[in-house]
Amino acid sequence: MNAWADLFQQVNDEATPGWLKSRRIAAFARFEHLGIPTPRDEDWKYTDLKRLNKRQFSMAQTEATVSHTDQAELLDLNAWRIVLVNGVFSPDLSDLSDLPNQVTIEPLSQAITHDQELAGGLVGRLAAIDTDSLTALSHAMAQEGALIRVGSGVVLPRPIQLVYLSTEHESALASWPRIAVVAGPNSQMTIVEQLVGQHASGHYTQRVAELFLEGNAQLTHYLLQTPAEKDLWVGRVHVEQKRDSRYQAFHLNLGGALVRDDFVCELNARGATASLNGLLFGQGRQHLDMHSKVNHNAPNTYSDENYKGILNDRARGVFNGKVIVKRDSQQIEAHQNNANLLLSDQAEMDTKPELEIYADDVKCSHGTTTGQLDENAVFALRARGVDESVARGLLTLAFANQVLDQVTLDAVHDTVEARIAGALPERFNLKGLVLEDQEAQ
Amino acid sequence: MLEIKGLHAKVEGNEILKGLDLTINPGEVHAIMGPNGAGKSTLSAVLAGRDGYEVTAGEILFEGDNLLEMEVEDRARAGLMLAFQYPVEIPGVKNVYLLKAALNAQRAARGEAEIEAPAFMKLVREKLAQMKMDKSFLHRAVNEGFSGGEKKRNEILQMLVLEPKLAILDEIDSGLDIDALRVVADGVNSLRSEQRGVLMITHYQRLLDYIVPDVIHVLADGRIVKTGDKSLALELEARGYDWLLEADAS
Ligand SMILES: Nc1ncnc2c1ncn2[C@@H]1O[C@H](COP(=O)(O)OP(=O)(O)OP(=O)(O)O)[C@@H](O)[C@H]1O
Ligand SMILES: [Mg+2]
Repeated sequence: MNAWADLFQQVNDEATPGWLKSRRIAAFARFEHLGIPTPRDEDWKYTDLKRLNKRQFSMAQTEATVSHTDQAELLDLNAWRIVLVNGVFSPDLSDLSDLPNQVTIEPLSQAITHDQELAGGLVGRLAAIDTDSLTALSHAMAQEGALIRVGSGVVLPRPIQLVYLSTEHESALASWPRIAVVAGPNSQMTIVEQLVGQHASGHYTQRVAELFLEGNAQLTHYLLQTPAEKDLWVGRVHVEQKRDSRYQAFHLNLGGALVRDDFVCELNARGATASLNGLLFGQGRQHLDMHSKVNHNAPNTYSDENYKGILNDRARGVFNGKVIVKRDSQQIEAHQNNANLLLSDQAEMDTKPELEIYADDVKCSHGTTTGQLDENAVFALRARGVDESVARGLLTLAFANQVLDQVTLDAVHDTVEARIAGALPERFNLKGLVLEDQEAQ
Repeated sequence: MLEIKGLHAKVEGNEILKGLDLTINPGEVHAIMGPNGAGKSTLSAVLAGRDGYEVTAGEILFEGDNLLEMEVEDRARAGLMLAFQYPVEIPGVKNVYLLKAALNAQRAARGEAEIEAPAFMKLVREKLAQMKMDKSFLHRAVNEGFSGGEKKRNEILQMLVLEPKLAILDEIDSGLDIDALRVVADGVNSLRSEQRGVLMITHYQRLLDYIVPDVIHVLADGRIVKTGDKSLALELEARGYDWLLEADAS
């Protein structure tokens, strides 16, 4: 714990006064009291964070130079873009030009200098100091992030891209970005978060995002995670939804040493709909953990969740999907499905749907399956001359495509498809085949 | 091109093939008929190399090579290919992927470069038209949601693109309407050549009107019990199999 205290001391000494500073001290006290979660905590039963205590982290103070190969990892989306390099805002890599009226996209550090009340009121409204110990730590340590506001009726013509880029460093760095998004009534937008890095420095990124959807707002949220081999990530997304709002997530977790996410949706008024779609793709000894909690707090609210896990080698995956239907939340629908594909005998998936239903007029379903590749299909492909390894690769990709096919943002789709096909062990390498077909169409 | 000698094979410990001999020369079309459960599909599975079939005696030579020592994919690349009695649905794998992966695997085995995308698409469109299949089938998952007849057409489409030296067709006629039967038969006939062989398994004389075989065999109880020319099919149609089984037993 002393290492955390030292780190906090540094942050606190350098912090600008104001709401962040006064809250930091209380937040850190709270964190010190609770400590890093352990597998004794029900929410962390399968995921051991002891690495966090073992590793000595420091925080980057200035923007690192970013190599061309690092830059090439940024998705080209023609988006408004905020890039944090090891947690530090990079004006050069970001693009916030030509914002439409009624649209604010700002790095958090900048927003609080002129809009302290608003930023301070949003950050922590859903994911507060008392949410859990890591959220408390986030409040204590946060230095940077993004504030996004899209006004009433605005339909954003381009996506908003938020990049957490880790670069090479002689020691492990940690950062705690905070994201706050207000989607005004009838507004529509797409946010693409990208966690990316390719150096074995063992950085830790803990991101907390709070998303507020006003009436009939539509927010499509991509979270694409392709961190470096040894990097750690803990993410929390908290969504508050008003009447007829629609939140759609595509969570594409393609590995990292330990990658844990929590999605929490508060469906607070009629017609609010949340759709969570995801892919967990783990290899080696990677540990991927997805927790979701959907609160049906009002009647006529809808949720569906569809997660696929693909685990190879000794990778371990966790899917824990919770749905809570309040007593008066009649005529809601909540569907959940988690299907997993184990490519090796030593890969392991722990999956646990949890439904707590206190209303009687509801439509709820959940299903989980864990299996291997269909050997009949493997044979059918081989019987046409396709290598066994390619056959298995094609079928693996096919499984992933059940989620990927819904991804309408081509750059994201193609990156994930090529990454899955190409990132599989040599014998699975299909990259050429896949990309060629895309060109042929 | 194919020589099967004294083949014995077991499935789940039961002997199904019990000393089967069969020789197919280049350019020949052979038909195998026989009662349900006689071992026809077992023979095709052993030829294609499916798991779970244990060959306990006999040998199979394909173009002089020991087929039983070859991997499944190597058999296909060498030119022996089976059109399945029950084609497998492969959700998520587009037909076009399968065709391309298969064709390139075959070319690689022959030391040829991968086919260029435009040439591939031209070839595939031509074969689709021949099978009277809409090109939307290319971007559908292999056999997924296909009707019974569409699945069979799709098997022959694969044969037309991959041009095996020996095509083994297991009940390619079952479940086909009259028009589809003609399209499938025309497809198979277009594959016939001096260099190629066809082995088709069927229960019905009707298919043999469209694809006229050089030789007809009757497979019963794990062995070839009768071999004749195309008139044998007519005789079987009239008399059934009992007379052959009795003659064989005595
Ligand atoms: N996987 C298996 N497990 C157990 N028995 C099997 C298996 N496969 C085939 N058999 C048995 O082997 C015998 C021969 O089956 P096969 O499918 O070869 O017959 P067939 O001649 O193709 O029949 P049909 O005309 O009905 O298609 C049958 O008795 C069948 O039950
Ligand atoms: Mg059969």
